[in-house]
Amino acid sequence: MEPILSVEELSVRISGLHILQGVSFTVAPTGVTVLLGRNGVGKTTTLRAIVGLTPPAGEVRGTIRMGAQSLLARPTHRLVRGGLGYVPEDRCVFAGLTVAENLRLAERRGTTPAYDKVFALFPELDRRGRQRAGSLSGGQQQMLAIGRVLLNDNRLLLVDEPTKGLAPKVVTEVAEVLERVAESVPVLLVEQNLAVVRRLARDAVVLAAGKVAWTGDAHELLLETALTKSLLGVGSAEAATPSARSELASPAVAREDQL
Amino acid sequence: MGTVILLALTGLGLAALYFLVASGLSLVFGLADVLNFAHGLFLGVGAYGTWWAAGNLPGAGPDGFGFVFAVAFGVAAGTLVAILVELVLIRPLYSRTIEQVLVTVGLSLAGVALLQATWGADARPFPRPDWTRQVTGIFGAQVPNGGLLLIIAAVLVLGAILAFLRWTRYGLVIRAGVENREMVTALGIDVRKAFTLVFAIGGAAAALAGALGGVYFGTVSPGQGGSLLIFAFIVVVIGGMGSVVGSAYAAVVVGLVQQFVNYYGTSGLGDICVVGLLAVVLLLRPQGIAGKVATA
Repeated sequence: MEPILSVEELSVRISGLHILQGVSFTVAPTGVTVLLGRNGVGKTTTLRAIVGLTPPAGEVRGTIRMGAQSLLARPTHRLVRGGLGYVPEDRCVFAGLTVAENLRLAERRGTTPAYDKVFALFPELDRRGRQRAGSLSGGQQQMLAIGRVLLNDNRLLLVDEPTKGLAPKVVTEVAEVLERVAESVPVLLVEQNLAVVRRLARDAVVLAAGKVAWTGDAHELLLETALTKSLLGVGSAEAATPSARSELASPAVAREDQL
Repeated sequence: MGTVILLALTGLGLAALYFLVASGLSLVFGLADVLNFAHGLFLGVGAYGTWWAAGNLPGAGPDGFGFVFAVAFGVAAGTLVAILVELVLIRPLYSRTIEQVLVTVGLSLAGVALLQATWGADARPFPRPDWTRQVTGIFGAQVPNGGLLLIIAAVLVLGAILAFLRWTRYGLVIRAGVENREMVTALGIDVRKAFTLVFAIGGAAAALAGALGGVYFGTVSPGQGGSLLIFAFIVVVIGGMGSVVGSAYAAVVVGLVQQFVNYYGTSGLGDICVVGLLAVVLLLRPQGIAGKVATA
Protein backbone atom coordinates (compact mmCIF):
# COMPACT_ATOMS: atom_id res chain seq x y z
CA MET A 1 0.00 0.00 0.00
CA GLU A 2 1.23 3.46 -0.90
CA PRO A 3 1.80 5.58 2.20
CA ILE A 4 -0.53 8.55 2.72
CA LEU A 5 2.40 10.62 4.00
CA SER A 6 6.07 10.36 3.30
CA VAL A 7 8.67 12.46 5.05
CA GLU A 8 12.20 12.41 3.66
CA GLU A 9 15.32 13.98 5.11
CA LEU A 10 13.27 16.53 7.05
CA SER A 11 15.54 19.03 8.71
CA VAL A 12 14.30 21.90 10.91
CA ARG A 13 16.42 24.65 12.42
CA ILE A 14 14.82 27.18 14.77
CA SER A 15 16.81 30.02 16.36
CA GLY A 16 20.08 28.25 15.66
CA LEU A 17 18.91 24.94 17.15
CA HIS A 18 19.02 21.98 14.75
CA ILE A 19 15.89 20.28 16.08
CA LEU A 20 15.25 17.76 13.30
CA GLN A 21 18.29 16.38 11.49
CA GLY A 22 17.20 14.43 8.44
CA VAL A 23 14.06 12.67 9.64
CA SER A 24 12.53 10.15 7.22
CA PHE A 25 9.44 7.98 7.74
CA THR A 26 6.13 7.09 6.15
CA VAL A 27 2.55 6.93 7.41
CA ALA A 28 0.35 4.06 6.27
CA PRO A 29 -2.95 4.96 4.52
CA THR A 30 -4.95 3.25 7.27
CA GLY A 31 -4.76 2.99 11.04
CA VAL A 32 -2.65 4.87 13.54
CA THR A 33 1.06 5.53 13.20
CA VAL A 34 2.55 6.75 16.44
CA LEU A 35 5.49 9.12 16.77
CA LEU A 36 7.36 8.36 19.99
CA GLY A 37 10.40 9.65 21.78
CA ARG A 38 11.60 11.30 24.93
CA ASN A 39 10.70 14.90 25.68
CA GLY A 40 12.35 17.44 23.40
CA VAL A 41 13.36 15.09 20.59
CA GLY A 42 11.28 16.92 17.99
CA LYS A 43 7.91 15.09 17.86
CA THR A 44 5.81 18.26 17.99
CA THR A 45 8.25 20.04 15.68
CA THR A 46 7.75 17.23 13.16
CA LEU A 47 3.95 17.60 13.20
CA ARG A 48 4.21 21.39 12.99
CA ALA A 49 6.62 21.17 10.05
CA ILE A 50 4.21 18.84 8.24
CA VAL A 51 1.31 21.26 8.70
CA GLY A 52 3.45 24.30 7.84
CA LEU A 53 3.53 25.88 11.29
CA THR A 54 7.29 26.19 11.72
CA PRO A 55 7.99 29.75 12.94
CA PRO A 56 8.92 32.22 10.16
CA ALA A 57 12.44 32.48 11.56
CA GLY A 58 12.79 28.68 11.27
CA GLU A 59 14.41 26.88 8.36
CA VAL A 60 12.81 23.72 6.98
CA ARG A 61 14.46 21.42 4.44
CA GLY A 62 13.63 18.04 3.00
CA THR A 63 10.54 16.58 1.38
CA ILE A 64 7.06 16.08 2.76
CA ARG A 65 4.44 14.49 0.52
CA MET A 66 0.80 13.61 1.08
CA GLY A 67 0.03 11.19 -1.74
CA ALA A 68 1.65 12.77 -4.78
CA GLN A 69 1.37 16.30 -3.44
CA SER A 70 4.33 18.15 -1.98
CA LEU A 71 3.40 19.93 1.26
CA LEU A 72 6.53 21.92 1.97
CA ALA A 73 6.30 25.71 1.57
CA ARG A 74 2.54 25.63 1.13
CA PRO A 75 0.54 27.85 3.50
CA THR A 76 -1.07 26.06 6.43
CA HIS A 77 -4.65 26.99 5.55
CA ARG A 78 -4.27 25.42 2.09
CA LEU A 79 -2.80 22.22 3.54
CA VAL A 80 -5.70 21.97 5.98
CA ARG A 81 -8.27 22.61 3.26
CA GLY A 82 -6.52 19.91 1.25
CA GLY A 83 -7.42 17.35 3.91
CA LEU A 84 -4.67 17.61 6.53
CA GLY A 85 -6.42 17.82 9.91
CA TYR A 86 -4.37 19.04 12.87
CA VAL A 87 -5.18 18.71 16.57
CA PRO A 88 -2.43 20.61 18.40
CA GLU A 89 -0.81 19.93 21.74
CA ASP A 90 -2.65 21.66 24.60
CA ARG A 91 -5.92 21.73 22.64
CA CYS A 92 -5.73 25.41 21.61
CA VAL A 93 -9.49 25.96 21.74
CA PHE A 94 -10.55 29.61 21.56
CA ALA A 95 -11.26 30.25 25.21
CA GLY A 96 -13.26 33.46 24.67
CA LEU A 97 -15.59 31.88 22.09
CA THR A 98 -18.46 29.54 22.84
CA VAL A 99 -18.31 25.85 21.96
CA ALA A 100 -20.68 26.46 19.04
CA GLU A 101 -18.52 29.34 17.78
CA ASN A 102 -15.39 27.19 18.01
CA LEU A 103 -17.11 24.60 15.84
CA ARG A 104 -18.58 27.20 13.46
CA LEU A 105 -15.10 28.55 12.88
CA ALA A 106 -14.05 25.19 11.44
CA GLU A 107 -16.88 25.17 8.88
CA ARG A 108 -15.79 25.59 5.28
CA ARG A 109 -17.60 27.29 2.45
CA GLY A 110 -19.00 24.86 -0.11
CA THR A 111 -18.99 21.84 2.20
CA THR A 112 -21.53 20.48 4.66
CA PRO A 113 -20.06 20.31 8.16
CA ALA A 114 -20.49 16.88 9.75
CA TYR A 115 -22.18 18.03 12.96
CA ASP A 116 -24.08 14.73 13.22
CA LYS A 117 -20.82 12.77 13.29
CA VAL A 118 -19.18 15.13 15.78
CA PHE A 119 -22.17 15.20 18.14
CA ALA A 120 -22.50 11.42 17.92
CA LEU A 121 -18.90 11.10 19.10
CA PHE A 122 -19.13 13.97 21.61
CA PRO A 123 -22.74 14.54 22.76
CA GLU A 124 -21.36 16.85 25.43
CA LEU A 125 -20.43 19.42 22.78
CA ASP A 126 -24.03 19.62 21.60
CA ARG A 127 -25.28 20.21 25.13
CA ARG A 128 -22.66 22.84 25.91
CA GLY A 129 -22.92 24.83 22.68
CA ARG A 130 -23.44 28.19 24.43
CA GLN A 131 -20.74 27.66 27.05
CA ARG A 132 -17.41 29.52 26.73
CA ALA A 133 -14.72 27.06 25.68
CA GLY A 134 -12.37 28.46 28.30
CA SER A 135 -14.68 27.25 31.05
CA LEU A 136 -14.68 23.62 29.83
CA SER A 137 -12.67 20.93 31.59
CA GLY A 138 -9.45 19.70 29.97
CA GLY A 139 -11.19 16.61 28.63
CA GLN A 140 -14.07 18.60 27.19
CA GLN A 141 -11.62 21.01 25.55
CA GLN A 142 -9.81 18.04 24.00
CA MET A 143 -13.10 16.74 22.66
CA LEU A 144 -13.82 20.16 21.19
CA ALA A 145 -10.36 20.29 19.60
CA ILE A 146 -10.88 16.89 17.99
CA GLY A 147 -14.52 17.60 17.09
CA ARG A 148 -13.53 20.83 15.36
CA VAL A 149 -11.26 18.91 13.00
CA LEU A 150 -13.78 16.13 12.38
CA LEU A 151 -16.38 18.60 11.05
CA ASN A 152 -14.61 18.32 7.69
CA ASP A 153 -13.39 15.42 5.60
CA ASN A 154 -9.73 14.69 6.18
CA ARG A 155 -7.21 12.57 4.28
CA LEU A 156 -4.85 12.45 7.27
CA LEU A 157 -5.11 13.55 10.89
CA LEU A 158 -2.14 14.83 12.88
CA VAL A 159 -2.89 14.55 16.59
CA ASP A 160 -0.42 15.86 19.15
CA GLU A 161 -0.56 14.39 22.66
CA PRO A 162 -4.35 14.23 22.95
CA THR A 163 -4.27 12.62 26.41
CA LYS A 164 -1.76 14.99 27.99
CA GLY A 165 -2.90 16.17 31.40
CA LEU A 166 -6.24 14.36 31.28
CA ALA A 167 -7.84 12.25 33.98
CA PRO A 168 -7.51 8.48 33.38
CA LYS A 169 -11.23 8.05 32.65
CA VAL A 170 -11.06 10.82 30.04
CA VAL A 171 -7.90 9.28 28.57
CA THR A 172 -9.93 6.16 27.89
CA GLU A 173 -12.74 8.15 26.27
CA VAL A 174 -10.30 10.02 24.03
CA ALA A 175 -8.58 6.77 23.08
CA GLU A 176 -11.95 5.23 22.18
CA VAL A 177 -12.82 8.18 19.98
CA LEU A 178 -9.47 8.10 18.20
CA GLU A 179 -9.88 4.36 17.66
CA ARG A 180 -13.23 4.99 15.96
CA VAL A 181 -11.87 7.91 13.96
CA ALA A 182 -8.91 5.85 12.77
CA GLU A 183 -11.31 3.34 11.20
CA SER A 184 -11.98 5.89 8.45
CA VAL A 185 -8.98 8.26 8.48
CA PRO A 186 -5.27 7.49 8.93
CA VAL A 187 -3.79 9.17 11.99
CA LEU A 188 -0.25 10.28 12.80
CA LEU A 189 -0.28 10.43 16.58
CA VAL A 190 2.21 11.87 19.04
CA GLU A 191 1.52 10.17 22.35
CA GLN A 192 3.36 9.63 25.62
CA ASN A 193 0.89 7.25 27.20
CA LEU A 194 2.01 3.72 26.31
CA ALA A 195 -1.34 2.20 27.20
CA VAL A 196 -2.95 4.43 24.61
CA VAL A 197 -0.19 3.60 22.13
CA ARG A 198 -0.73 -0.11 22.70
CA ARG A 199 -4.45 0.24 22.16
CA LEU A 200 -4.33 2.42 19.04
CA ALA A 201 -1.07 2.19 17.15
CA ARG A 202 -0.11 -0.26 14.46
CA ASP A 203 3.13 1.36 13.33
CA ALA A 204 5.65 3.30 15.38
CA VAL A 205 8.36 5.80 14.56
CA VAL A 206 10.75 6.61 17.40
CA LEU A 207 12.73 9.84 17.37
CA ALA A 208 15.91 10.37 19.34
CA ALA A 209 18.04 13.51 19.25
CA GLY A 210 16.31 14.83 16.15
CA LYS A 211 16.70 11.63 14.13
CA VAL A 212 14.66 8.52 13.53
CA ALA A 213 16.01 5.87 15.88
CA TRP A 214 13.56 3.07 15.15
CA THR A 215 10.58 2.29 12.89
CA GLY A 216 8.38 -0.77 12.79
CA ASP A 217 5.44 -2.52 14.42
CA ALA A 218 4.30 -0.64 17.53
CA HIS A 219 3.44 -3.82 19.43
CA GLU A 220 6.85 -5.32 18.70
CA LEU A 221 8.43 -2.19 20.10
CA LEU A 222 6.38 -2.39 23.27
CA LEU A 223 7.32 -6.05 23.74
CA GLU A 224 11.03 -5.21 23.67
CA THR A 225 11.70 -3.99 27.18
CA ALA A 226 15.35 -3.17 26.49
CA LEU A 227 14.42 -1.25 23.36
CA THR A 228 11.71 0.82 24.99
CA LYS A 229 14.01 1.52 27.88
CA SER A 230 16.83 2.72 25.65
CA LEU A 231 14.63 4.67 23.21
CA LEU A 232 11.88 5.97 25.43
CA GLY A 233 13.54 5.86 28.82
CA VAL A 234 10.85 3.61 30.26
CA GLY A 235 10.55 -0.08 30.94
CA SER A 236 7.47 -1.51 29.28
CA ALA A 237 7.09 -4.81 31.06
CA GLU A 238 3.58 -3.96 32.14
CA ALA A 239 2.83 -2.43 28.75
CA ALA A 240 3.76 -5.70 27.08
CA THR A 241 1.35 -7.82 29.00
CA PRO A 242 -1.81 -8.58 27.02
CA SER A 243 -3.93 -8.16 30.13
CA ALA A 244 -2.85 -4.54 30.31
CA ARG A 245 -4.88 -3.84 27.16
CA SER A 246 -8.09 -4.25 29.04
CA GLU A 247 -6.78 -2.10 31.85
CA LEU A 248 -6.55 1.08 29.86
CA ALA A 249 -9.52 2.40 31.76
CA SER A 250 -7.77 1.71 35.01
CA PRO A 251 -6.36 4.84 36.63
CA ALA A 252 -3.34 2.92 37.87
CA VAL A 253 -2.32 1.71 34.41
CA ALA A 254 -2.92 5.05 32.82
CA ARG A 255 -0.62 6.66 35.35
CA GLU A 256 2.12 4.02 35.34
CA ASP A 257 2.39 4.08 31.57
CA GLN A 258 2.83 7.82 31.41
CA LEU A 259 6.35 8.47 30.17
CA MET B 1 -23.55 72.17 37.45
CA GLY B 2 -23.65 73.55 33.91
CA THR B 3 -19.84 73.66 33.84
CA VAL B 4 -19.55 70.04 34.97
CA ILE B 5 -22.00 68.91 32.29
CA LEU B 6 -20.21 70.98 29.67
CA LEU B 7 -16.83 69.53 30.69
CA ALA B 8 -18.26 66.02 30.77
CA LEU B 9 -19.78 66.30 27.30
CA THR B 10 -16.78 67.99 25.70
CA GLY B 11 -14.61 65.34 27.41
CA LEU B 12 -16.81 62.66 25.89
CA GLY B 13 -16.44 64.40 22.51
CA LEU B 14 -12.67 64.13 22.86
CA ALA B 15 -13.09 60.53 24.03
CA ALA B 16 -15.15 59.82 20.90
CA LEU B 17 -12.31 61.12 18.75
CA TYR B 18 -9.76 58.99 20.60
CA PHE B 19 -12.01 55.95 20.37
CA LEU B 20 -12.44 56.30 16.60
CA VAL B 21 -8.67 56.29 16.17
CA ALA B 22 -7.92 53.70 18.87
CA SER B 23 -10.52 51.06 17.92
CA GLY B 24 -8.82 50.24 14.61
CA LEU B 25 -5.37 50.51 16.12
CA SER B 26 -6.36 48.06 18.82
CA LEU B 27 -7.89 45.52 16.43
CA VAL B 28 -4.88 45.70 14.10
CA PHE B 29 -2.47 45.11 16.97
CA GLY B 30 -4.65 42.44 18.59
CA LEU B 31 -5.05 40.39 15.43
CA ALA B 32 -1.95 41.06 13.37
CA ASP B 33 0.55 42.08 16.07
CA VAL B 34 1.31 45.19 14.03
CA LEU B 35 2.09 48.37 15.92
CA ASN B 36 0.88 50.73 13.22
CA PHE B 37 2.51 54.12 13.62
CA ALA B 38 1.07 55.07 10.23
CA HIS B 39 -2.47 54.97 11.61
CA GLY B 40 -2.43 58.77 11.96
CA LEU B 41 -1.93 58.96 8.20
CA PHE B 42 -5.37 57.39 7.67
CA LEU B 43 -6.82 60.12 9.86
CA GLY B 44 -4.97 62.78 7.85
CA VAL B 45 -6.18 61.31 4.56
CA GLY B 46 -9.77 61.26 5.87
CA ALA B 47 -9.55 64.87 7.02
CA TYR B 48 -7.89 66.23 3.87
CA GLY B 49 -10.05 64.02 1.65
CA THR B 50 -13.19 65.51 3.21
CA TRP B 51 -11.74 69.03 3.05
CA TRP B 52 -10.75 68.62 -0.61
CA ALA B 53 -14.01 66.96 -1.63
CA ALA B 54 -16.15 69.67 -0.01
CA GLY B 55 -14.44 72.27 -2.19
CA ASN B 56 -13.80 70.40 -5.41
CA LEU B 57 -15.91 67.28 -5.85
CA PRO B 58 -19.13 67.81 -7.81
CA GLY B 59 -22.11 67.20 -5.53
CA ALA B 60 -20.05 67.62 -2.36
CA GLY B 61 -20.01 70.73 -0.21
CA PRO B 62 -19.94 72.10 3.34
CA ASP B 63 -23.67 71.64 4.00
CA GLY B 64 -26.41 69.04 4.03
CA PHE B 65 -26.05 66.01 1.78
CA GLY B 66 -23.01 67.60 0.14
CA PHE B 67 -21.18 67.42 3.48
CA VAL B 68 -22.22 63.78 3.99
CA PHE B 69 -20.89 63.05 0.52
CA ALA B 70 -17.62 64.84 1.29
CA VAL B 71 -17.20 62.84 4.53
CA ALA B 72 -17.99 59.61 2.65
CA PHE B 73 -15.30 60.51 0.14
CA GLY B 74 -12.78 61.19 2.92
CA VAL B 75 -13.62 57.92 4.66
CA ALA B 76 -13.36 55.99 1.38
CA ALA B 77 -9.95 57.58 0.69
CA GLY B 78 -8.69 56.71 4.19
CA THR B 79 -9.98 53.13 3.86
CA LEU B 80 -8.33 52.71 0.47
CA VAL B 81 -4.99 53.99 1.75
CA ALA B 82 -5.23 51.63 4.77
CA ILE B 83 -5.89 48.64 2.49
CA LEU B 84 -2.99 49.58 0.20
CA VAL B 85 -0.64 50.04 3.16
CA GLU B 86 -1.53 46.57 4.46
CA LEU B 87 -1.27 44.84 1.10
CA VAL B 88 1.86 46.55 -0.21
CA LEU B 89 3.94 47.44 2.85
CA ILE B 90 2.82 45.43 5.87
CA ARG B 91 1.97 42.04 4.35
CA PRO B 92 5.55 41.21 3.32
CA LEU B 93 6.71 42.12 6.84
CA TYR B 94 4.45 40.05 9.11
CA SER B 95 6.46 38.55 11.99
CA ARG B 96 9.27 41.08 11.34
CA THR B 97 8.45 43.53 14.09
CA ILE B 98 11.40 45.91 13.78
CA GLU B 99 10.97 46.32 10.03
CA GLN B 100 7.22 46.93 10.56
CA VAL B 101 7.91 49.69 13.07
CA LEU B 102 10.49 51.29 10.75
CA VAL B 103 8.13 51.15 7.77
CA THR B 104 5.09 52.52 9.62
CA VAL B 105 7.09 55.30 11.33
CA GLY B 106 8.67 56.21 7.97
CA LEU B 107 5.29 56.15 6.27
CA SER B 108 3.81 58.36 8.95
CA LEU B 109 6.58 60.95 8.50
CA ALA B 110 6.38 60.72 4.70
CA GLY B 111 2.59 61.12 4.83
CA VAL B 112 2.80 64.31 6.89
CA ALA B 113 5.53 65.65 4.55
CA LEU B 114 3.37 64.83 1.51
CA LEU B 115 0.36 66.65 2.97
CA GLN B 116 2.56 69.63 3.81
CA ALA B 117 4.10 69.69 0.34
CA THR B 118 0.70 69.52 -1.31
CA TRP B 119 -1.43 71.82 0.84
CA GLY B 120 1.06 73.63 3.05
CA ALA B 121 1.99 73.29 6.71
CA ASP B 122 -0.55 75.79 8.04
CA ALA B 123 -3.91 74.78 9.46
CA ARG B 124 -6.77 75.39 7.05
CA PRO B 125 -10.36 76.22 7.90
CA PHE B 126 -12.49 73.11 7.67
CA PRO B 127 -15.72 73.28 5.68
CA ARG B 128 -18.56 72.30 8.00
CA PRO B 129 -22.31 72.72 8.23
CA ASP B 130 -23.49 75.81 10.09
CA TRP B 131 -25.36 73.80 12.72
CA THR B 132 -22.09 72.18 13.85
CA ARG B 133 -20.80 75.68 14.79
CA GLN B 134 -23.81 76.20 17.06
CA VAL B 135 -24.47 74.90 20.58
CA THR B 136 -27.24 72.90 22.18
CA GLY B 137 -28.47 73.59 25.68
CA ILE B 138 -28.29 70.47 27.87
CA PHE B 139 -29.19 70.92 31.57
CA GLY B 140 -27.97 74.49 31.47
CA ALA B 141 -24.75 73.76 29.61
CA GLN B 142 -24.18 75.13 26.10
CA VAL B 143 -22.57 72.13 24.40
CA PRO B 144 -20.97 72.52 20.93
CA ASN B 145 -22.83 70.48 18.31
CA GLY B 146 -19.54 69.35 16.77
CA GLY B 147 -18.72 67.46 19.98
CA LEU B 148 -22.19 65.91 20.13
CA LEU B 149 -21.79 64.78 16.51
CA LEU B 150 -18.54 63.05 17.43
CA ILE B 151 -20.17 61.28 20.39
CA ILE B 152 -23.07 60.03 18.26
CA ALA B 153 -20.67 58.89 15.51
CA ALA B 154 -18.45 57.03 18.01
CA VAL B 155 -21.43 55.26 19.60
CA LEU B 156 -22.67 54.20 16.16
CA VAL B 157 -19.19 53.00 15.15
CA LEU B 158 -18.82 51.08 18.43
CA GLY B 159 -22.21 49.42 17.88
CA ALA B 160 -21.39 48.60 14.26
CA ILE B 161 -17.98 47.08 15.12
CA LEU B 162 -19.44 45.01 17.98
CA ALA B 163 -22.30 43.77 15.77
CA PHE B 164 -19.78 42.92 13.06
CA LEU B 165 -17.56 41.01 15.51
CA ARG B 166 -20.51 39.24 17.10
CA TRP B 167 -22.67 38.31 14.14
CA THR B 168 -20.51 37.85 11.05
CA ARG B 169 -18.19 35.09 9.93
CA TYR B 170 -15.27 37.49 9.55
CA GLY B 171 -16.02 38.92 12.98
CA LEU B 172 -15.72 35.40 14.39
CA VAL B 173 -12.41 34.92 12.57
CA ILE B 174 -11.09 38.23 13.96
CA ARG B 175 -12.14 37.37 17.53
CA ALA B 176 -10.52 33.96 17.25
CA GLY B 177 -7.44 35.42 15.54
CA VAL B 178 -6.90 37.89 18.37
CA GLU B 179 -6.76 34.89 20.75
CA ASN B 180 -4.66 32.53 18.63
CA ARG B 181 -3.88 33.49 15.06
CA GLU B 182 -1.92 30.34 14.34
CA MET B 183 -4.82 28.09 15.31
CA VAL B 184 -7.12 30.00 12.99
CA THR B 185 -4.88 29.10 10.05
CA ALA B 186 -4.72 25.52 11.35
CA LEU B 187 -8.50 25.37 10.85
CA GLY B 188 -8.06 26.13 7.15
CA ILE B 189 -8.75 29.88 7.29
CA ASP B 190 -6.64 32.38 5.37
CA VAL B 191 -6.11 34.81 8.22
CA ARG B 192 -4.40 37.34 5.93
CA LYS B 193 -7.80 38.34 4.55
CA ALA B 194 -8.84 39.21 8.09
CA PHE B 195 -5.67 41.31 8.45
CA THR B 196 -6.66 43.35 5.39
CA LEU B 197 -10.18 43.67 6.74
CA VAL B 198 -9.10 45.02 10.14
CA PHE B 199 -6.82 47.50 8.40
CA ALA B 200 -9.81 48.60 6.29
CA ILE B 201 -12.05 48.92 9.38
CA GLY B 202 -9.34 50.78 11.29
CA GLY B 203 -8.62 53.02 8.30
CA ALA B 204 -12.32 53.86 7.88
CA ALA B 205 -12.77 54.68 11.58
CA ALA B 206 -9.61 56.81 11.65
CA ALA B 207 -10.62 58.63 8.46
CA LEU B 208 -14.04 59.33 10.00
CA ALA B 209 -12.20 60.66 13.05
CA GLY B 210 -10.23 62.92 10.69
CA ALA B 211 -13.38 64.26 9.04
CA LEU B 212 -15.32 64.78 12.27
CA GLY B 213 -12.19 66.01 14.06
CA GLY B 214 -12.05 68.73 11.41
CA VAL B 215 -15.61 69.65 12.34
CA TYR B 216 -14.76 69.57 16.08
CA PHE B 217 -11.56 71.66 15.84
CA GLY B 218 -12.71 73.78 12.89
CA THR B 219 -9.39 73.35 11.09
CA VAL B 220 -7.32 70.66 9.43
CA SER B 221 -3.52 70.45 9.53
CA PRO B 222 -0.92 67.85 8.46
CA GLY B 223 0.25 67.10 12.00
CA GLN B 224 -3.23 66.51 13.46
CA GLY B 225 -3.11 62.73 12.93
CA GLY B 226 0.22 62.33 14.70
CA SER B 227 -0.78 64.28 17.81
CA LEU B 228 -4.06 62.37 18.17
CA LEU B 229 -2.24 59.08 17.59
CA ILE B 230 -0.20 59.50 20.76
CA PHE B 231 -3.35 59.60 22.90
CA ALA B 232 -4.91 56.83 20.83
CA PHE B 233 -1.94 54.59 21.68
CA ILE B 234 -2.40 55.42 25.36
CA VAL B 235 -6.09 54.52 25.05
CA VAL B 236 -5.22 51.21 23.35
CA VAL B 237 -2.73 50.25 26.07
CA ILE B 238 -5.08 51.22 28.91
CA GLY B 239 -8.05 49.49 27.23
CA GLY B 240 -6.17 46.29 26.41
CA MET B 241 -4.67 45.40 23.05
CA GLY B 242 -7.32 43.87 20.81
CA SER B 243 -10.35 44.93 22.84
CA VAL B 244 -12.74 47.36 21.17
CA VAL B 245 -14.87 47.65 24.32
CA GLY B 246 -11.72 48.19 26.40
CA SER B 247 -10.72 51.00 24.02
CA ALA B 248 -14.15 52.60 24.46
CA TYR B 249 -13.88 52.56 28.28
CA ALA B 250 -10.30 53.81 28.19
CA ALA B 251 -11.15 56.59 25.72
CA VAL B 252 -13.90 57.83 28.05
CA VAL B 253 -11.54 57.81 31.04
CA VAL B 254 -8.74 59.58 29.13
CA GLY B 255 -11.08 62.18 27.57
CA LEU B 256 -12.75 63.04 30.88
CA VAL B 257 -9.50 63.15 32.86
CA GLN B 258 -7.93 65.46 30.29
CA GLN B 259 -10.90 67.80 30.15
CA PHE B 260 -11.55 68.07 33.90
CA VAL B 261 -7.90 68.32 34.98
CA ASN B 262 -7.10 70.87 32.28
CA TYR B 263 -10.05 72.99 33.46
CA TYR B 264 -9.74 72.71 37.23
CA GLY B 265 -5.93 72.41 37.26
CA THR B 266 -3.40 74.01 34.95
CA SER B 267 -3.72 73.79 31.20
CA GLY B 268 -1.62 70.83 30.07
CA LEU B 269 -1.81 69.08 33.45
CA GLY B 270 -4.54 66.81 32.03
CA ASP B 271 -2.11 65.39 29.48
CA ILE B 272 0.41 64.65 32.23
CA CYS B 273 -2.31 62.98 34.32
CA VAL B 274 -3.18 60.75 31.36
CA VAL B 275 0.45 59.65 31.06
CA GLY B 276 0.46 59.02 34.82
CA LEU B 277 -2.71 56.95 34.44
CA LEU B 278 -0.99 54.92 31.72
CA ALA B 279 1.94 54.24 34.05
CA VAL B 280 -0.40 53.12 36.84
CA VAL B 281 -2.29 50.77 34.51
CA LEU B 282 0.97 49.31 33.19
CA LEU B 283 2.16 48.68 36.73
CA LEU B 284 -1.05 47.25 38.16
CA ARG B 285 -2.73 45.67 35.13
CA PRO B 286 -0.30 45.42 32.19
CA GLN B 287 -2.86 43.64 30.01
CA GLY B 288 -5.13 46.69 30.21
CA ILE B 289 -8.76 46.96 31.28
CA ALA B 290 -10.00 44.13 29.08
CA GLY B 291 -6.86 42.15 28.21
CA LYS B 292 -6.28 40.72 24.75
CA VAL B 293 -9.78 39.84 23.66
CA ALA B 294 -11.71 41.13 20.66
CA THR B 295 -14.86 41.61 22.65
CA ALA B 296 -18.16 41.12 20.92
